[in-house]
Amino acid sequence: MIGADGVVTVVSPKAEMGQGITTALAMLVAEELECRWEDVRVAPSPIDRIYGNIAVVVDGLPFHPDADGPLVRSMRWLTAKTMRELGVMMTGGSSSVRDCWEIAREAGATARVALLEAAAARAGVAVSECRASQGRVIIGEQSFGYGELAADAATRRPGRVTLKEPAAFTIIGRDLARLDAAEKARGAPLFGLDVRIDGMKYAAVVMAPTFGAVPTQVDTAPAPGVHAVFTLEPTGFGDPAAVVAVADTWWHAREALRTRGITWSESPHAGLSSEAILADLREAAREPSGLPFRSVGDTEEILAQATRVIEATYEAPYLAHATMEPMNATVRVTDGTAECWVGTQVPGFARKAVAQVLDFDEGRVTIHQRALGGGFGRRLDVDFIAQAAAIAKRVPGVAVQLLWSREDDMRHDAYRPAAVGHLSAALGDAAQPIRAIASHSASQAPFKSYSRRVGFALTAAGPDKTTAEGTWDQPYAFGAIRSTHAERDVPVPVGSWRSVGHSHQAFFVESFLDECALAAGRDPLAFRLAMLEAHPRAAAVLRLAAERAGWRADGTVVDGVAQGLALHWSFGSLVAQVAEVERGGPDGFRVRRIVSAVDCGLPVHPAGVRQQVEGSVVMGLTAALRGAVTVTGGAVVQGNFHEYPLLRIDECPIIETHLVASDAVPTGIGEPALPPVAPAVANAIARLTGVRLRTLPLRLPAEARV
Amino acid sequence: MNPERIELIVDGTPASLDAPPAMPLLWALRHGLGHTGPKFGCGMALCGACTVFVDGKPVRACVTPVGSVTGQAVTTIEGLDDPVGAAVQAAWAAASVPQCGYCQAGQVMGAVALLRATTRPSDAQIDDAMRGHLCRCGAYPRIRAAIHAAAERLATAGADD
Ligand code: FES
Ligand code: FES
Repeated sequence: MIGADGVVTVVSPKAEMGQGITTALAMLVAEELECRWEDVRVAPSPIDRIYGNIAVVVDGLPFHPDADGPLVRSMRWLTAKTMRELGVMMTGGSSSVRDCWEIAREAGATARVALLEAAAARAGVAVSECRASQGRVIIGEQSFGYGELAADAATRRPGRVTLKEPAAFTIIGRDLARLDAAEKARGAPLFGLDVRIDGMKYAAVVMAPTFGAVPTQVDTAPAPGVHAVFTLEPTGFGDPAAVVAVADTWWHAREALRTRGITWSESPHAGLSSEAILADLREAAREPSGLPFRSVGDTEEILAQATRVIEATYEAPYLAHATMEPMNATVRVTDGTAECWVGTQVPGFARKAVAQVLDFDEGRVTIHQRALGGGFGRRLDVDFIAQAAAIAKRVPGVAVQLLWSREDDMRHDAYRPAAVGHLSAALGDAAQPIRAIASHSASQAPFKSYSRRVGFALTAAGPDKTTAEGTWDQPYAFGAIRSTHAERDVPVPVGSWRSVGHSHQAFFVESFLDECALAAGRDPLAFRLAMLEAHPRAAAVLRLAAERAGWRADGTVVDGVAQGLALHWSFGSLVAQVAEVERGGPDGFRVRRIVSAVDCGLPVHPAGVRQQVEGSVVMGLTAALRGAVTVTGGAVVQGNFHEYPLLRIDECPIIETHLVASDAVPTGIGEPALPPVAPAVANAIARLTGVRLRTLPLRLPAEARV
Repeated sequence: MNPERIELIVDGTPASLDAPPAMPLLWALRHGLGHTGPKFGCGMALCGACTVFVDGKPVRACVTPVGSVTGQAVTTIEGLDDPVGAAVQAAWAAASVPQCGYCQAGQVMGAVALLRATTRPSDAQIDDAMRGHLCRCGAYPRIRAAIHAAAERLATAGADD
């Protein structure tokens, strides 16, 4: 959209949740439009089928990323086509730049040609005599601003456009400042909970303290400043039973709920605990009877015959998203229509949820997209949105802002599933370091569970690729590989947590490869490189990280600092990291530095890529060092940041990021730098202390803390 | 929960509301007086998102009863208008510090408080002053760099005067 003032507004189908997509998308459009960067703004788009997210579901197919046979191609095509028709508008799976790489540039180019045509018509010359530059069309001595041509250009429909070659890029690849940085530094009212509407009320909830409990007794009498108190059944979108208060301020609503003497039924899952869940997962991971995701060669046979088999079991706990902005949504129901103000990764599903709860046609529901105070997969769910709609239905005509407390948010998340991986390998020789590898893991199925909650039929049944991703889809050449996953059903809600299955599978696999290298008496770098000959991009990333970090092949501890290495491939991007760890601090070790090398294809916005890597490293470190949600007596234990601590600035290591120069199609960057963090650190700890930590979060036994 | 008339000065302007004195300042500001700058992150003084100044000193508004600041001057991020605030906000934009941005109002307030007290903070002083401000997006390396940049900008501006 170009205004008469020459301001270019890029309509973005992607939610801004911190990943910087607003800026990257605008760069793609501006590159082809030839406008001035200062004139570019971004606005969220209304829900529109054209903007459905294709990359994320195509990536969800269980094919090895290197596979490209005719069947694989046709499945990818078919799924992409289905996605286009379903039109799922989703921000997730590190797919935004990939999704929009072509269409955003085409949009810019089409607008540029329309402007050229408008200028040519006005000057009475051929289009070939016009050229676009810096927001103007130049024709010999004459020139027209885009603003004055906009109205005419909008009526034109240019045919096919040709896109620039990368060598001609003037905006893509530049380190521009984020478009949203200044307003965020001013505390501007961008977020869902900053929405203010005349006459609005605020809602607080007390949700089932144990999985599946329902309120049995509540005092619902009104009180000063308190509009209504009532109980609410689950909507079916994942929210538990709740008691609600609607009041003049959120604090009044909270206080009102405190004194209501609410009692709850006993949970049907009152005996559920993390210990029992993990014991079951351990057992399941021992059984090679899970669903096979990849099976090449006779792995079992080789392992059975081998004289030297390395074996290890790794574990990861549930994790909460803990976005800094707790879940919230504002809904107003008036005369058969509804409006909802919310920061969501899935405006289409949000609309569907509100419509279903209210029994309206979707056309009667408007979603106003807000900035997301963190997403990381949590705002793919619509439980809190459906709950807000159910609350607003009880107070028609009034806009109600539902806000969850930090405790509500942490105890009613859709968690990264707890997982166990059992790996075994038959070691080979220098040319083929691993003759056979078997990976058997067990966990709940996050994307399938999610799909059921939001009613997304395409992925609600069948294999859930996110369970085993990160094991069988890596660039290494093994003599033989068998990778299976045993899916378990547990009444703890699970969902996509930044990098999903990769977040823990990378820890399992990359720790294990390190154990194999050490057992073989080899340098972990050389050991990995020997398995990457067919994958030069992966080898290059690994070498770059090692070189920039000053990798010590002999594994010596120098000046008290030990190094560890990891490589991982996810969302199309390769990331290698070297972690440096030293003695000290309450944990007995401290992470000093993380050096990353990244190949994400052509970096559209290199500064944005580096920022995503920094953020992923910090979030990965929080998970590696601190993150654990535990279940006792059918309830989540952790409620606030004293129980679920996040990494603080004084614990944040030096973070260095190096990008591989590339002309390849851009791939994901919101997630891929997270998975290698935990194994790189664990591998460094093993070098430093001689203790191999196989359970997340990484905790040295007391006697090893010195 | 009996409401009382409470008078304060918010961002230089006298303001009043009827609220129980125990109500946290954060909700008085956000829901009573229309100031959305300070954010809610934890409600237990664990994250720093709600940081405001009371008589120039940083406090966590989520655990400060509004009744305890009657008659005092409250500054939210919306009322930051001194050179230190301007330098910090400019440094924040130049270094693209924010990601989701939700914690950033609190981070900026923390940085301003630090630079008002310590003109050229060391890394250790920055860590010390900012460790109460959580950022789930991991903006820490840029926060550190932007505080140094703001300090430098202020020192140069000061030298020019
Ligand atoms: S909301 Fe006040 S410190 Fe977190
Ligand atoms: S920028 Fe997102 S929490 Fe700090």
